[in-house]
Amino acid sequence: MAEEVKVFGRWTSPFCCRVEIALRLKGVPYEYIEEDLSNKSPLLLEYNPVHKKVPVLVHGGKPIAESLVVLEYIEETWRRNPILPEDPHRRAMARFWTKFIDEKCMPIMWKSLWSEGEMQLKLMEETKENLSILERELNSKKFFGGNSIGLVDIAASFLSCWTEVLQEVAGISLFGEAKHPILFKWANEFMSSDAVKVCLPPKDELLSHFRAMKEGMSATKAGQN
Amino acid sequence: MATAAEKEGVVLLDFWVSAFGQRCRIALAEKGVGYEYKEENILSDKSPLLLKMNPVHKKIPVLIHHGKPICESLIIVQYIDEVWSHNPLLPSNPYERAKARFWADFVDKKVAECGTRLWKLKGEAQGEAKKDMIEILKLLEGELGDKKYFGGETFGFVDVALAPFTAWFYTYETCGKFSIEKECPKLAAWAKRCKERETVSKSVHDPHKVHEYVRKLQKKYGVE
Repeated sequence: MAEEVKVFGRWTSPFCCRVEIALRLKGVPYEYIEEDLSNKSPLLLEYNPVHKKVPVLVHGGKPIAESLVVLEYIEETWRRNPILPEDPHRRAMARFWTKFIDEKCMPIMWKSLWSEGEMQLKLMEETKENLSILERELNSKKFFGGNSIGLVDIAASFLSCWTEVLQEVAGISLFGEAKHPILFKWANEFMSSDAVKVCLPPKDELLSHFRAMKEGMSATKAGQN
Repeated sequence: MATAAEKEGVVLLDFWVSAFGQRCRIALAEKGVGYEYKEENILSDKSPLLLKMNPVHKKIPVLIHHGKPICESLIIVQYIDEVWSHNPLLPSNPYERAKARFWADFVDKKVAECGTRLWKLKGEAQGEAKKDMIEILKLLEGELGDKKYFGGETFGFVDVALAPFTAWFYTYETCGKFSIEKECPKLAAWAKRCKERETVSKSVHDPHKVHEYVRKLQKKYGVE
């Protein structure tokens, strides 16, 4: 009998979305539990005492935290529709690019969206360069994983609705068809695939959420001046 | 153009004191794999080979196997574990593997960054770093428990990830003015067991040499 799978997540988080995409791709049924990060549940704190963050996957009562660790666990536990290649060098390259996304692309893009002035310009340049590097890696492939969605595609899911919404909220342009045509095409292909589209949060709700976050930050700043 | 040795065998681009490079040396030693060690002087110009093999980050370590590069130390260690699958570093059970990856990732995210703050900063900021480091080490000690190694009876993935940092313990203690033995006796005992392991002792430098290197960096950055 299959052990039950639960995902503790936050609907606004691209990291949580990664986990759901992987489970959907593999046809694994799961229960999703929404966490209020301003008031974390006792269960979340019990399952992830070290980082106290989402996502957490709980399989048969056993918790796994950190989205990339969770993705590798999902890959090893449910073998259907593999997201990593067999060849060790190609696996290492897939891991390399997911790390690049996690440690460079995402944090620098995030910072560029919320910063100002000279700092913002500098971060925007760096973001565009990072996206160009990713685009060169994608090259003429349909997905980073080749013909089917793989680990790197799942890690890059923030380039779908999140990037679109955040650019609108910040009023800056970082990623679009003109600047990164190949990556842009990939994003559309990725967003329209069956396993992915059901996992993405509704764009208008995401927009409202981040607009409210920006207003909150501006209000705090104004209060500090 | 890659030389014959680079194309056929295993080459490691590294820097003598790098804990990240040492992870790769330990993993290769654990598997009994012979390789060519190439020292990169990261404090000056990077070699054309490094720039070719790691164009994205331009950093060591880089493992070159049959002419193909693998970058990022924990990715290299996993690659080594998959290609030379005897004496496995990662356990076979997926949940245990996930736990090992989680803790190796924890070491990656926390130890080096906090350690740098500890030797690079002064005053209140250094005090913060000391507090953070003790908390990090206590969390690791909690995971170790009464086991011989993080991998249980056998030296495993998390042990490889953390062992090189034991050579930095003396530096952390000296800069932070605290004793790891006092704060985390089980972790200190584990560090001693690692040092007694040939694969570690041959790959990792003497803590006083590491401290000498850090003192040079402190002078360079005007930290006194």
